[in-house]
Amino acid sequence: MAHKKKAADNLKGTLYMTFAVGFVIIIIWAFCFGLFTDRF
Amino acid sequence: MHKTIDEYGKVEEKETALVEKEEKSPSMKQKLTASFIRVDGKDAKLAMAHMYVAFIALLLGGLAGLLQVLVRSGEFTLPLGIKIGYYQVLTVHGILLALILTTFFIMGFQIASISRTAGAFTNVQRKIGWTGFWLMLVGTAAAAAMVLLNKATVLYTFYAPLKAHWIFYLGLALVVVGSWLLCIMQILKYYRWKKENKGQTSPLLTYMAVVNSILWITCSLGVAVEVLFQLLPWSLGLVERVDILLSRTLFWYFGHALVYFWLLPAYMAWYVVVPKVIGGHIFSDALARLSFILFLLFSFPVGIHHQLTEPGIEGFWKFVQVVLTFFVVIPSLMTAFSLFATFEMRGRELGGKGVLGWFKNLPWGDARFLVPFIGMVAFIPGGAGGIVNASYQMNQLVHNTIWVTGHFHLTVATAVALTFFGVAFWLIPHLTGRTLTPKLNYLGNVSGILWGIGMLIMSLSMHLAGLLGAPRRSEYSTYGGAEMAYDWIPYQIAQAVGGTILFIAILVIMYIVVQLIWFAPKGEEEFPVATVAPGAEKTPAILENFKIWGVILVALIVFAYTMPIIDIISNSPAGSKGFMPW
Amino acid sequence: MHIHKYEKWWLVFGCATLVAFLVILAIGAFHNGTHPNEGKITVDYENVDSIKPFDNPGVHKVEGKEWDYEVVLVASAFSYNPNEIEVPLGSVVKFYATTRDVIHGFEIAQTNINMMLEPGYVSEYVAEMNKAGEYLIVCNEYCGTGHTYMYGTLKVVDENAQNN
Repeated sequence: MAHKKKAADNLKGTLYMTFAVGFVIIIIWAFCFGLFTDRF
Repeated sequence: MHKTIDEYGKVEEKETALVEKEEKSPSMKQKLTASFIRVDGKDAKLAMAHMYVAFIALLLGGLAGLLQVLVRSGEFTLPLGIKIGYYQVLTVHGILLALILTTFFIMGFQIASISRTAGAFTNVQRKIGWTGFWLMLVGTAAAAAMVLLNKATVLYTFYAPLKAHWIFYLGLALVVVGSWLLCIMQILKYYRWKKENKGQTSPLLTYMAVVNSILWITCSLGVAVEVLFQLLPWSLGLVERVDILLSRTLFWYFGHALVYFWLLPAYMAWYVVVPKVIGGHIFSDALARLSFILFLLFSFPVGIHHQLTEPGIEGFWKFVQVVLTFFVVIPSLMTAFSLFATFEMRGRELGGKGVLGWFKNLPWGDARFLVPFIGMVAFIPGGAGGIVNASYQMNQLVHNTIWVTGHFHLTVATAVALTFFGVAFWLIPHLTGRTLTPKLNYLGNVSGILWGIGMLIMSLSMHLAGLLGAPRRSEYSTYGGAEMAYDWIPYQIAQAVGGTILFIAILVIMYIVVQLIWFAPKGEEEFPVATVAPGAEKTPAILENFKIWGVILVALIVFAYTMPIIDIISNSPAGSKGFMPW
Repeated sequence: MHIHKYEKWWLVFGCATLVAFLVILAIGAFHNGTHPNEGKITVDYENVDSIKPFDNPGVHKVEGKEWDYEVVLVASAFSYNPNEIEVPLGSVVKFYATTRDVIHGFEIAQTNINMMLEPGYVSEYVAEMNKAGEYLIVCNEYCGTGHTYMYGTLKVVDENAQNN
């Protein structure tokens, strides 16, 4: 991030949102992996 | 409606000066006194020419899509009057939407972006551009004629040994060559700008358009080799046989980078246009450029992940390309952060409180924001599904099932398409000298929401049916009354419902576009270009050193493809003759 | 180039996730041998009918191999030969499949058996039939007008259940 304003450094919401995206990815992948291992 | 006066007049002024230096046409002065920087009139004409083709392709391709979902629901058959088969309709749908709509729109958008941020093109550059446009148009017409005559029912991937009429391949070659001229036009402009502005960082939009042009030329070399050296001589009868696996590998070297060629213009809008629309700033110029460079590097050594279930390619090399495919996720992770951060910073500036309260402060009523935003949301499951597709052995779960169709209808047909529509809503009036009225803006939101709902229904049911084994690219069938095939039918009906809603959305979009081209009130529509926040750090110059990136790019391609290609050629069976089983 | 603290956290988390996925896939592939089809044998597609093993398509019981049955299958527009495959529950089956003309798909719905059949190449896959049932085989690569007429059946039969 390329600026100095302190107020703008509060990116807590962004942190939560990106991690939420990460968990969505993990859940979808894990679900499909489960399906894959279940099948022959 | 959204005529916010630019607070960063300083940066804008610098750009204005460049425009002046570039071109001294009398009409220019008038534009410079306007409150927004306008794309040069002659460049606007070239960009608009692309928009006409793009939106005609949208209407016809969308109609073909509607016919498909209706037929596959099992509830409808093509009217007897229409002497066109399902797979012919499917070929039309794929070519018009995935190849024609995208390529024309992207070239138009990039030309306008460069003209807007780096100044007008020179007459010579513009001539190169027009030549490219006409070549693409003639090529499109030639290929379309062959498809309509049922001489090229080979789908938009045209896998040999299905053999189309040679005019079809020639048409495609013309589209590719035409697009090269348009890319060259953009790259020439970029280098001219660099020369005239020694030591300065290029405008971000121009830089992004140039990266995408380089990406496009590099990837389409693969399909050009396939078409010019394999398919064209073969369809002309000059050679009898064609190496199937080689042709597929060349195709997918092209085919996967192709999806980033679609995606990067959407990212241009996400990184640079949307922040301005919401009144914010570019989160980080350097990180935006870095993500584009990463896309450029990792778009190429990954094509074999489309061939994971094919014979003749060593598992080890497939896995190598799977690993490299996962690298290309990283710039998208970066983009997700940048976008959320832009939204959060602007939302907080407007008084948003709490961890997520800032979401409320975003301009939800503005189609230029809302429509691309729906696209961004779709890209989350789209990306997740893409990781599943590329997951080596897990690809067997979904390969060539309708899951894949569902996947790219989230990525290209929602994330990219909605962003393009959101761009068109201001770009077209900007180019035609009209305005996006509140009513048209409202309709824009309606179209985006309809698209979102229709795609949610269609894509979700495609994903689920795919996991149950339903194949893609297949017309309605009960497969001899097989139990498993019965389970797919409810999902196919849902797809028809979703597809119908999508077609209604297309009609709304067409209405808006027609209004914006010919009927909306005259005026000035802003071409929104965000700037970095005041006091931002300078962007490292290395990001513009295309020699370094070029070397790394070539090294990666050589690393990922040399061994597989040698294997394919040295172990290849006799080539295949052509077949026309349609 | 300054990177925000949270962005670093996010990128570390994201990249760690990707690495974890890759490690799981690599163990599956290179340790447990769950590679997708990577058949290396080539064949003259115009004469498959006279080339072993494709001169005798069908389900064959074999001895002394790592698998109990071999399914030899020839695809052509628009059918599979054989189009009905029956094997006992729990048997290990090796599939050898190829095409006589254009590219076809060989997908056994709701299983991991899913491979491309390309002229000149033999596609191979080994699977343990560990769930009884009647599975639909479909061609999942567009091969012409009769594409959806191309289907077959895999029956995994629980012989104990039948005897009872």
